[in-house]
Amino acid sequence: MSDILLKIEDLTVHYITDDGTVHAVNDLNLSLNKGETLGLVGETGAGKTTTALSIMGLVPNPPGKVINGEVEFEGEKLFEKSEAELRQVRGNKISMIFQDPMTSLNPIMTVRDQIAEVVLLHENLTAKEAKEKADEMLLKVGIRADRAKEFPHQFSGGMRQRVVIAIALACNPVLLIADEPTTALDVTIQAQVLELMKELKKEFNTAMVMITHDLGIVAEICDNVAIMYAGSVVEQAGKEELFTNPKHPYTIGLFNSIPDIDSDDSVLKPIKGLMPDPTNLPTGCPFHPRCDLAMPQCSEILPKRTEISENHYVKCLLFDGGG
Amino acid sequence: MGDVTVNVNNESKKKRSQLHDVWRRFRKSPIAMTGLCVVVFMVLVALFADVIAPSDGRNPGYDIHNLGNRFQAPNAEHIMGTDEFGRDIFARVVHGSRVSLLVGFIVVTFSMTLGVIVGAIAGFFGKVAENILMRFIDVLLSIPPILLAISIAAAMRPGMMSIVLAVGIGALPLYARVMRASVLTVKEQEFIEAAYSIGASKFRIIRKHVLPNCIAPIIVQATMGLAYAILWAAALSFLGIGIQPPTPEWGAMLSEGRMYIRDHWHMVMFPGMAIAIMIFALNMMGDGLRDAFDPRLKK
Amino acid sequence: MHKYILRRLLMMVPVLIGVTFVIFTLTYITEGDPARMLAGIQAPEEQVEQLREQLGLNDPFAVQYFRYITNVARLDFGTSFATGRPVFDEIISRFPTTMHLTAMSIIIAVLIGVPLGILSATKQYSVFDGAATFVGLMGISIPNFWLSLMLILLFGVQLGWLPTSGFDTPSQWILPSFSIGISSAAIIMRMTRSSMLEVLRQDYIRTAKAKGQKGSVIIFRHALKNALIPVITIVGLEIGVLLGGAILTENIFSIAGIGRFMVDAIARRDYPVIQGGVLLLALTFSLVNLIVDVIYAYVDPRIRSQYK
Repeated sequence: MSDILLKIEDLTVHYITDDGTVHAVNDLNLSLNKGETLGLVGETGAGKTTTALSIMGLVPNPPGKVINGEVEFEGEKLFEKSEAELRQVRGNKISMIFQDPMTSLNPIMTVRDQIAEVVLLHENLTAKEAKEKADEMLLKVGIRADRAKEFPHQFSGGMRQRVVIAIALACNPVLLIADEPTTALDVTIQAQVLELMKELKKEFNTAMVMITHDLGIVAEICDNVAIMYAGSVVEQAGKEELFTNPKHPYTIGLFNSIPDIDSDDSVLKPIKGLMPDPTNLPTGCPFHPRCDLAMPQCSEILPKRTEISENHYVKCLLFDGGG
Repeated sequence: MGDVTVNVNNESKKKRSQLHDVWRRFRKSPIAMTGLCVVVFMVLVALFADVIAPSDGRNPGYDIHNLGNRFQAPNAEHIMGTDEFGRDIFARVVHGSRVSLLVGFIVVTFSMTLGVIVGAIAGFFGKVAENILMRFIDVLLSIPPILLAISIAAAMRPGMMSIVLAVGIGALPLYARVMRASVLTVKEQEFIEAAYSIGASKFRIIRKHVLPNCIAPIIVQATMGLAYAILWAAALSFLGIGIQPPTPEWGAMLSEGRMYIRDHWHMVMFPGMAIAIMIFALNMMGDGLRDAFDPRLKK
Repeated sequence: MHKYILRRLLMMVPVLIGVTFVIFTLTYITEGDPARMLAGIQAPEEQVEQLREQLGLNDPFAVQYFRYITNVARLDFGTSFATGRPVFDEIISRFPTTMHLTAMSIIIAVLIGVPLGILSATKQYSVFDGAATFVGLMGISIPNFWLSLMLILLFGVQLGWLPTSGFDTPSQWILPSFSIGISSAAIIMRMTRSSMLEVLRQDYIRTAKAKGQKGSVIIFRHALKNALIPVITIVGLEIGVLLGGAILTENIFSIAGIGRFMVDAIARRDYPVIQGGVLLLALTFSLVNLIVDVIYAYVDPRIRSQYK
């Protein structure tokens, strides 16, 4: 499987504000194969959304700025494309589902028009055909066609997220980026939306980056997992491998802080301390102040990405053979 | 007990650093600082009006008649010229700053106090009180403010009192609305619920929690309100139902100068410039304050 | 929609009754004696007293107020002390001029304010934005009565390009309309700018970008429509300011509208005229705001659906 769809290399994104420079993404490496689902996991503020926006070329500038790195999509370097070329990619080949369905739809446009807009942009259809396609997409996400002329405020959160999904999938993208698509929804609705996404992903044969902080969702839907900490991927592996054989102390910490019903051990072991301030990251490995296994050199040397077994990468000095 | 003290300390420290932040952001804006400097300058001029344009022993500095010296265009001796009584317009403009600022401050104090009370009661107690008060505010709002001021001023003997009431009542709805809106926002927040849950009384909650959190929008409104008050007071005086001659009020001076506009432009130029600069400075300051209190708006 | 308009019209009734109450109370507490004004300064006291009785000025407040609003409901606003004619007729005959002036100035304000606001917001932090913000602030700071005088001085006296009084021919419309319109243009510009900036930060703008939509289409189709919703409210409120501005400006440009008539009435302490003028202008203002709210509901489906 060397069918690489998306490859991010050494991506560094900063937000330059009056109150200092936010190091949102730092030397991030990531890769994704066609048709595959990658879970991008991390705490709030780990830089997941910025990573997603970088792929889309939508990092708000100012204050955001891509300092370094490459995003390669279908073998083409996205940062070298012009704005007009990028527009051909957005919504067409790569599309995105946002976190908060309550605010991600235009309040004064009917849902049909909002879906038809993306269809009209990328497919050679008449306005009428685009509307028909929109209604078709609504049916696919489980919304009756007679609601197509309604406005977002007439829909519940779960229904709105279905509309957002319909917009994202309308042009049959190769890659779908879902930024915590269920976080803002009720638990029961979450399950429905996830199920829908799973089905549609299969139907459209779309690769997906699923951004989440919920390892349960990862277990449910992903093939591969990348764990993010302080703007960087600290561990990437196949789902089975990562769940059974986690290596990075942070990943292990994450698993330990989830309650396990099957286990007799009723005491959780949360990771001590807090996420570092992204305007002022610790030197060396950004995780070292919270790490139980920290060694003296951890505060000095930034660990490199090391492949410890096939398709299993870790960024930690414990495994960094070269030192 | 120990915990409480610590909390209070933290809170006052937080407040101080918050004010510090506001000042830091305010200082960074050249527009806001220009506004502040001009306002401070105007206040100094008002305070030292008698020094800048002194009395001649019999009459105050702004009312020294010299009929042999009428309608002089600006020159070295009278940098803003003289009026129909030969009075020095510069002296009158300088003394006028005193009148305008005084009227402005009284009006703002009056309308802000009333507006804050009305808005706080309406916002905090809700239901009947809110309905009655806000309907009353609606009534005031449905009369264009300057018209309301005109009808109040016209009903009274012209003078300071009539201006304060007229402009003050005209501006009252602005404060009441701002206050009510921010009380409603603050009220929804969880720390108010927390205060209730530890048994704090309504008035204590208003005084300790609600009011301090409404201060920022009210201060911004008051700065802009000072500009409006000065503008409206000048408008009323311009119409002849405000400050009466010979007191040097900028609007009243414009009204006198109007009759001679074709031949003596300087009579309408300088008093009007004084109003415009004063209001401009206050608006610059108000804008800067608003941005400094709420940096999100600027980004 | 009809239901909504009807509801709003009904809501106007208590507010307008409130307005009559405020205005009547002001006249009631007024210093100065209407009967004396009507009879003339030289009239003997008995004659004045007789007039007072005749006008019902000796009745209690409530009786007088009730009589006042029943009269107002029949469009009887009393008689002008100065002209002796019914106030309603006097005001209505001047109404079109004042409306014309106000309409001209609101058109100027919107045509200048909205495009500049959009431009300023889309080019935030540019030199243009800085200049527009500064000029906008200046615009709201210049008293319209002084601006009138300065425009007269420049275009009337110095350059001699435009007439400085009257309101009959288009060349006479320009100076007065600009005098009142400029400050509203500045306010509308500021509102459009900040509303546009707010909208451009919204998630649905990001959604539109993620669709691959062009910047200009995003600004006009997605952002502008949403941004104009609060601007509509401001325009409605500004009409009140413009009506007030008309009072001063009509006076300066000798325009025979309600404003000039009212200012003359103020000088003569002709209370029925002041009362009637304020009441009629408040009514106009309320109606205009009703229209604005209907437009608002038309543009914003969230409000529309509340009244279906």
